This record gives sequence, C-alpha cells and structure tokens, in this order.
Amino acid sequence: MNPHPSFFFVVYPTDLNPNMTAHTPTSPALPPPDVRPTPANWVKQNLLTPWYNAAITVIVGGGFLWLAYGFLLWVFTQAQWQVIPANLAIFTAGRYPDESYWRLWVAVGIIVTLAGISWGVVARNVTLFSRNVLIGLGVAAVICFILPIPVVPWRSLVVFMLVLLAATAWIGQQLGKKVPKLGQYTTFAWLGSFFVYLWLISGNLGLEPVKTNEWGGVVLTVFMAVVSIAICFPFGVTLALGRQSDLPVVRLFSVLYIEIVRGIPLIAILFMGQVIIPLFLPEGMRPDRVLRAIVGLTLFSSAYLAENVRGGLQSIPKGQEEAAKALGLNSPLTVSLIVLPQAVKAVIPAVVGQFISLFQDTTLLSIVGLEELLGMSRSILANPSFIGRYSEVYLFVGLLYWIFCYAMSLGSRYVEKKLNTGH
Amino acid sequence: MRKWNSLFLSLLLMGSLAACATPPEPAADGEEGGAEGTESVASSSRLDTVKERGTLICGVDGGIPGFSFVDEAGDYSGLDVDICKAVAAAVLGDPEAVEYRRLDSTERFTALAGGEVDMLSRNTTWTISRDTSVGLEFAPTTFYDGQGMMVRADSGIESLEDFDGRSVCVEAGTTTELNLTDKMRKAGVDPEVKTFQQADPAYAAYDDELCDGFTSDKSQLIARRTTLSNPEDHVLLDVTMSKEPLGPVTINNDSTWFDVVKWVTFGLIEAEEFGITSENVEEMANSEDPNISRFLGGEGDLGEGIGLDNDFMVNVISAVGNYGEVYERNLGSESQFNLERGLNTLWTEGGLLYAPPFR
Amino acid sequence: MTQSPEHQVPLWRDDRFWKIALQVLAVVVVVAIASLLIYNLNINMQRAGLEFGFEFLDNQASFDILDSVAPYNVPEETYSSIFPYSPTDSYGRVLQAGLVNSLIMMVCGIVFTTIVGIIVGVLQFSNNWLLQKGSQLYIEIIRNTPLLLQLFFWYSAVFSQLPRPGDRLELVGALYASKRGIFMPWPATSPLMWVSLAALIVGTIGLIVLWKWRVYLMVEQGRPGKAQLYGLIGVAIAMIVIFCVGLGWAFPQELTLDPSQFEARDLENFTACVAETYQVSSLAPPLGDEAIATYPKCLQTGNFEYGLRLSLEFSALLVGLVLYTAAFIAEIVRAGIQSVVKGQWEASSALGIHPNLTMRLVVFPQALRVIIPPLNSQYQNLAKNSSLGAAIAYAELYNVANTTYNQSGRPIDVMLIISVTYLAINMVISLSMNAFNRAVQIKER
Repeated sequence: MNPHPSFFFVVYPTDLNPNMTAHTPTSPALPPPDVRPTPANWVKQNLLTPWYNAAITVIVGGGFLWLAYGFLLWVFTQAQWQVIPANLAIFTAGRYPDESYWRLWVAVGIIVTLAGISWGVVARNVTLFSRNVLIGLGVAAVICFILPIPVVPWRSLVVFMLVLLAATAWIGQQLGKKVPKLGQYTTFAWLGSFFVYLWLISGNLGLEPVKTNEWGGVVLTVFMAVVSIAICFPFGVTLALGRQSDLPVVRLFSVLYIEIVRGIPLIAILFMGQVIIPLFLPEGMRPDRVLRAIVGLTLFSSAYLAENVRGGLQSIPKGQEEAAKALGLNSPLTVSLIVLPQAVKAVIPAVVGQFISLFQDTTLLSIVGLEELLGMSRSILANPSFIGRYSEVYLFVGLLYWIFCYAMSLGSRYVEKKLNTGH
Repeated sequence: MRKWNSLFLSLLLMGSLAACATPPEPAADGEEGGAEGTESVASSSRLDTVKERGTLICGVDGGIPGFSFVDEAGDYSGLDVDICKAVAAAVLGDPEAVEYRRLDSTERFTALAGGEVDMLSRNTTWTISRDTSVGLEFAPTTFYDGQGMMVRADSGIESLEDFDGRSVCVEAGTTTELNLTDKMRKAGVDPEVKTFQQADPAYAAYDDELCDGFTSDKSQLIARRTTLSNPEDHVLLDVTMSKEPLGPVTINNDSTWFDVVKWVTFGLIEAEEFGITSENVEEMANSEDPNISRFLGGEGDLGEGIGLDNDFMVNVISAVGNYGEVYERNLGSESQFNLERGLNTLWTEGGLLYAPPFR
Repeated sequence: MTQSPEHQVPLWRDDRFWKIALQVLAVVVVVAIASLLIYNLNINMQRAGLEFGFEFLDNQASFDILDSVAPYNVPEETYSSIFPYSPTDSYGRVLQAGLVNSLIMMVCGIVFTTIVGIIVGVLQFSNNWLLQKGSQLYIEIIRNTPLLLQLFFWYSAVFSQLPRPGDRLELVGALYASKRGIFMPWPATSPLMWVSLAALIVGTIGLIVLWKWRVYLMVEQGRPGKAQLYGLIGVAIAMIVIFCVGLGWAFPQELTLDPSQFEARDLENFTACVAETYQVSSLAPPLGDEAIATYPKCLQTGNFEYGLRLSLEFSALLVGLVLYTAAFIAEIVRAGIQSVVKGQWEASSALGIHPNLTMRLVVFPQALRVIIPPLNSQYQNLAKNSSLGAAIAYAELYNVANTTYNQSGRPIDVMLIISVTYLAINMVISLSMNAFNRAVQIKER
C-alpha cells in the first residue's frame, strides 16, 4: 500500500534502482505491466517473498486462524446470546415507558427519511443503487432476519426503515435533479428536526411527558452525544479565538480554561458536574441530571476542540488576514468570513476525531449513575437471570459503539475528500 | 514558556479560589446580616420546597431486594422505599408523589448536601462522625442490623481468623468498610480488601470468586444473596462485626424538615403499637381512645406543629401500613426472605422499636 | 479612553475602546460568576454544616486499599505494596498511596504503550499483507470502541475468568496466573541488587555516550568506528549478564500442601481432586511422599512466596490502557513516517547510504519531529485515563480520593487536591515531552 520500506524489512524502493535511469532506452516498446496480478502471484508477492515473510505469514496466519476458530466456536456453541434479544428494548431505550415507544420509532423514521433524502441529493448524479449499496442493504435485511429478535415490532419496523431509506433516497435523487436547492433545505430540515426529536422523546405539548430518569440506553447515549457535540463546537471555536486573541485578558482566561480542563480527568469533571455543582448553585436550582451531564461533556470537549481549532487558525497564513484588513473588513468580519472557514476546513479530521472521542466519553456517565448504553448493560448484567454474561453483552455493546464511531470516521473521510477538491 | 505560565496561573487561581472559599464565611454572615442569613435559612425549609414541587425526591440504593429494588419495569419496592412513600403521603398526601434517585454509597452524602435529594432512605448507618462532621441528621432507626460476612460454603472459611491471606470485597464509602479493617486488625489477620465504588460490580466480583468473602449489613447480604448466580452456595459466617442502625437521613440545620421525617418514622412505629393497620385506620380514626384519636388527627393539632395536616398519619398508614406491615411485606413472612424480626420488634415485645409519645 | 486624540471617531467605532471594554467586560463577567458561585457554596456549606480546610488530612483514614503491585516482603512473609500503608494511617497518607499507584500505572502504561504503538505503527508498512491488515484491523477495532467498555471487558470477561488458585496457569515456571493475581519474577532486595542497578544505569549512560561518539566519528570524520562498536557490544553483553545474574531475580515459589499435616477436611479435598483430575477413585490411606510425586496437581494451592504479585485490577487496567493508547500512537507513528517526503529516501540512497542507516539517520529523526507533539497529548491522555481504574477497583488516586471525601465528608477539598495533582502530573509530562521535542527539532544555524 505504501512504497516506504519498514523498519524490519528494508528493501530498496524499486523506482530508485540506479540501473533504471542508466538504461532507460532498452525497452520503450513494452506494454505497461499487467496491473492486476493473478491470485497466485499476489499471494507470492504479498505473503511469501522473501523467505522470512513466508515464515511470518505461517506464524501470524496460524495465530489468526486459531483465534478466529476459537472465537467462532465460542460465538456459535458456548455463548448464550438470549441476553441480547431479551433485553433489546432496554439496550435501546432503557426504562422508556412502553406506551410511548412509538414516539421513538417516529423519531427514527424522521432520521431515516432525512438521511435517505440527503443521500439521494448527494448522489443525484451517480447511480443510486450501485452494486455495493445493494449488497449493503441486502446484508442488513438478511442480518435482520437471522437475528432472533421479535418480529413485531422490531423486525417489521427495521425492514420498514430499510425500505423507507431506499424509497426516500430515490425520491431525494429525483427531486434533487429538479430542485437544485434541495441540499440546503435538507440541511435546515436536519437542524429543525432536532426540536422535533426533543419533543418526541421528552413529551409535553400534547404528549405524555417522559422524565429524563426514564431515558436510557442508546437513546440517551446518542442524545447526550449529539447535543454535546452541537454545543461544544461553537464553544471550542470561541475559546480557540480567545486563545489567539490579541486582548491579553481574554487570552489569559482562555488559556487558563483550556489548560485546566485539559489537565483534569473527565471522570473528575463529570463527578463534579453531577455531585459538586449543586453545591455551587443557589438552593432550589437543581438542573436535570442529563443536562448536567451534557454540560460536563461540553465543558470538557470544548477545551480539546479549542486546541484542534487553534491548530487550524495557526495554519492560516497571516497574509489572509492582512488582505482582508486591506479590503476594509473589520476584525469580526475578517475572522468569521476569512480566517475561520479556512481554519475549520483544515481541521475537520481532528474535529471529527474529537467528536468520536466525545461519543465514547459518554460511557463515563455510567460511573456517575446515568444509565446510558454502557450503564444500562451493567444493570442488565446485575440482573440475576443474566449474571456472568459479560462477554456477550460487552461484545454486543462494543459492536454498537463501533458502528457509530466507524460511521462517523467514514463520514469524516468523505467530507475531507469533498472539501479537498476545492484546492 | 507558555506552559509554565499557565501552570503558575492555574495554581494561583486554584489557590485564590481555595482562599476565597474560607474567609468570606464570617463576611457573608456579617455583611448580609446574621438575621437575614438565618432567616432565609429558616424560611426556606425543605418542607416548603417539597410542598411547592409537589414531589419528594428520595435517594435510595435501588439494588437491594427487600430494601429498595427497582425491577425491570422501573418500579421501586422495599422497606426503604416505603419510608419514602410514607413521607410523601404525610407531606403531599400522595404516596406515589416520589421521585427516586439511585445513589452509590460514595455519592449519597454529597447528593444530600447539595440538595440533589430531599432525604436519603438508603441503608445508612448512624454514626457520630456522620451526624456531626459530614453534616447529616439521622431520623429514627428503621432497621437494626449488624455487619456480617458472606463466604462460599466450600471455601473452608469458618471465622474471621481464617481470612489471613484471603480477600474480601466491600463497597466503598460505607461503615462496613471501616469496621472490616477494625475487626480484622483485632482478629490479627491481614486480608486483602477490594473496594468497589458501586455495589453491583462488587457483588459481581464476589460472584466471580475474585474475593473469598463479602462483607456488608447482614440483611443486605441475605437479600443480595438471592441475586447471585448460585445463592445456595453461599453462607453467612456466624459473626456480627458491628452495630448497624439504619435509618433515613436528612441534612443538618433544617430542623423543620428533619422533624417531619423523624415523626413520620416514629409514627409508623407508634401505629404498630396502637394496633392501627392500613385496613382498620379509617375506623380507628373515630376511636374513643384519646391517644389514638390525637395520633390520627381526630383531636388536637399535632400535625400543625410540624407543618403538616393534622391527619397526616392517616395518609401514611393507609398508604403503607404500620411498621410491622411494612416489614412483613418487604422482609418478613410475606417476602421471599422471611427474615425474623429480631431486634426490629416493638419494645413491648422485647425489641428496640420505641416511639416517644405523640402528644 | 476619553482622551482619544481622534475626536472625529465616535467612541463606539473606536477599535481601542472596544478592546479595553471587552477585556473589562470579560473580567467583570468572570469575577461576577466566580463570586456568585463561591457565595452559593458558602451558603450551601453553612447550611449543611460543612467546613473547608485541609486539617482533616491528618485524621485517621481507617479504610484499607488494595496492594496492587506487591513484591514479596521476606521478613514479613507477605506480598506488600512498595508504598506501605495501613488503615491506621492518615487520609493524607492514603491519598499518597493512591498517587503512587497512579504513578506506577502511568509509568508502566507509557513505557509499554510506546513499545506496542511503535511496533504496530511500523507494521502498517510491512510488505507482509497479513501483518499490514492485521495491524490496521487492530487499530480500527480499538479506536472505535470506548475505553471504559474495553476495561470492563478485560476485567470482567478476561481477568476475572482466570482459573481458581488451585488450578492456576503456569508459564515455564516463572509466571503464574489465577484469580488471586499474577505472580512473576522480581529482583530480591539486597545490597547486590542496588549495586547491580547502579551498574546498569552507569552502563546505559556509557552506551549512549559510546553510540553518540561512534555516530559522530562515522558522520563527521568518515571513520568506521570499529573500536567503539566493539566497546558497545562489550558493554551491552556485560549489562545483560548483570541484568540476569546481578539483580538476583527471585522466582515465585508455590506453597504446596504438606500431606503430613493433612486434616480430615484436607484429605477429603485431596481425594476429590485426585478423583477428578487423575480419574483415580480409591487412594491408599497412608499418604506419603509418593502421593506428592503421583498427584502433584492436587497439592497446588495457588499461594506463592517470592517474586512479585500483580493484582488483577492492575493487570486489567494496564492491558486496557496500553492497547487503547497504542492504537492511537500507531496512527501517529504511521502519519509521522508518511510525512517524511520520498525525496529524503531518494537523496539518501543517492548518497549511497545503506537503507538501514537511512531509516535510522535520515527518516526516523525527521518523523520524530512530527510524532512527538501528538505523542505528548497521548501520554497525557493515558495519565488521565488511568483514573478510570476506579471503575474496576484499582486503588488509584481518583478511587482513593472518592472514598476519602466520602468517609470524611469533604468533597470540595478532596476534589481540589486531586485536580491540582492531575494538573501537576500533566504539566510534568508536557514539560518533559516539550524538552525532548526541542532536543529533536531542527537546529537552525
């Protein structure tokens, strides 16, 4: 994949062979080499030459096979998976009241619809259902049928969501061709839909209210992560600007905040948020626990985000600012129109990385007593009927986290690629 | 260089925060006027807050069957939970107007001090240091317990002396954690102590045989034993390592609210002594006996004295019953534990439950 | 600001006015919020009858903590922590013990995670497809799952499932693992050990000096530096010998059951064990030496003396932290190596420098410049993440502090102490990494 030699197996990069420059005219008429080697050749090249590589392949491959065999054996014969389907609802939404469950499904439906339309809009000039996509959808459907989950409502609703995704994607594509501004509208729809989710999940305004201590599982995890991400971004950018500011007092406060927060473990900050913050507030003012968790996560992440953004700010040449000033823009406009957009663009991978770790950091809330996905799985593990099912539960939960985080990093790579074409 | 600066400044800030936190204490008193300060404290009792809010926030454990246990549907039950319900019935007239908050042993006192919960009903042992320096106020004991030790039946451990070189699991921040080290020192053995911040992982570690013994209040051990993978494999050693009087707790310096919790608890005991149950409370309210009549608000104004309706005990008893009913339902013959009442019987029957007169 | 010389500019359009006004505003807002919070704190603490101050640190802690890294103490015949603590000591002492446990975890974690991270990072350039993909798979799995979940997994699903002491696992007579912990060889404390340790340190310094000298001779004077090479080899061999012999490694020795002191119950257990393990149902009643020879497995106790005992909590936290952080370090190393432009390889080989030397003298030093700053923050992350040990009962600083504040009723004071401590630890890491960074940066002349 990369031409650079390694520490261990140092070889000359082939194009550095001095003979080549000396004898270039010998074979000008030869056709370019076949770029797709035969499987046998591929194996020979990548696994068997030179001799020590063959040895490594045998040892490492053997190890992998042995591990994989042991793992599969465990998965299919020893593991007792009934803990997962039996608690699927609890994993998903904790103790969310049954009679209000439909509201969560409606929220998922809106998300799927919006995702489908966005997908259709983004892919409006290419084939929508390429082979890979079809395979993906097919696999998802098959998995859904293999898994021992209850048919009603889970299986039927999941299938419905898949169909909805495909349908809205197609509609989005067709509409996107006609309405060029649809992309912007969907962006606003995404932003606006947040309040709809909030309303659907928490109730009020005509719906039965559901208190936050009844939220749990994936719903709580995703909710806290999304809200914290949304809030910590402007905070982080402000702090980064503060740290780069030429006002000494503002800079001092920003530096103090960033360095202090970055020096303290998150668990201590969350603990302070949950337990100690009430001591600092007037009596009777007791913000909701979920809200306090979000505040803790936001305060923590924005300090890290500020450092990421600062890296971007520093990478913008001074000339940009000077040019803007020369054109008569004042400081706020220079920053918001010229410097920030470039800086943020430069640090998107780092920022998404920070979001991923924020998503993972929500697990720490299980230590301070919130029953998000990990906390929920721990209370399931304390249930006498499922005692000792650590491996099954942790693997399942780990897979869920992995899917979310991997999707985020894939998305980041995609956005990065798209933005890079501008240069 | 910048790093040095920020280190220095952060320490400076920390220092100044720390410094600021102590001196203004008298200043706050002096400037704001001692009268106003105390007045505001006195006027804003928890009782008013609870009445205004319409719900009681009660800190419970949530993981101990029989005391406070939250089932898969999210419903709470247990002796501790019934105390919360009793207080809610007395103050608000509705035993269901309670919001339960599950608290670890390590966070319970800060949660109370920070006003996170109105009261704790979470197997909290009454000790002098908690009563004084931790800033708590202990309502009457609702369960007289002793610390016990649970071991695996096949471990060969028969007394505390067998624990040399073995290990014990314990929950952090409890009195049992402190008693354990005292008792082991007295027994001249040095076991390895594994301290867990939360109860669930502690019992899980014991269940995984990471430790040879588990120490906690006996009632809790008996209750939690039912949640282990093989309950019959575990036995309680025949030792009582300490006195563990467990009861509800409120915050210091709020005697109005403390009185409410205290007298509701006493009321449960007194009701049993009078023979008032949830079934006969309505007819007892019309009783000829002046003591009973006063107790149930038929005459006199006992309730007003503590800021409640005069018939608050009627609400309490019709909601949860008297102490005996609460006990039997959660821990005694009507429960899966079938615990003897032991010390937890009325003084008239040789137990320790004794309520001062309601007059 | 009223003395502005440019009278024609209104105040609200004067940049300088805004600069000062903004700063004043910032100060006012921060001070106002801070004093409001502290005022509330006072009220609330008074209400609850709490006090602020650090005198409680002298009070007796009276709770015990777990000895996590415990070498065998010969005179006391137990495994005890290198930082002695007993429940009769003060809160201050128990916090120090927690700090020591934290520091041990941080140092071990940083050392091992660096090694694993560099290896995995470099493996991504391997021309062996399996190694390459395997390391990428590892990185993708680890980086995309939460650390806390991984710690729970290691602790509950892996280390807690080790066999009971009687069936302990054994690795070549040196390493034993059971539910009681992990037992490994450790240097026995003796004067000879300290001398050897000093010799090793001197030797290391000698090695570095020789190495620098040799590189200097080779690069600046073009001499082969053979004599120095032999010197290097000599010192290295001597150090290996001292390491193996001089430190006086004590191997864990299992305490086996003594058949001559069997009581009825022991005999019962032994018979049951033999029946289960060896399928021998009837044992001859007099158990002599032959029993030991015939059924050694049933005399195992899983109790040891000598060597070092690691608690399962320590092991699980170490494994979790090391593997997690290593995945990030591997990515940093990969990015660092990729950042060295190809021209450097080409120029180096055009000069006729051997590829091994190119890696060592040309590419790696340049990669290091890109690697060190992010490495710094990974080390700090590891240090902070060690506080998650509290979730798996490792007695590190945060865990101990949690118990302390709860037993003493001093949440604010204890949190202040641990915040400052973690800040200081991170500053130390940051400063030393920055010093290292300066040493490897390009010296522009």
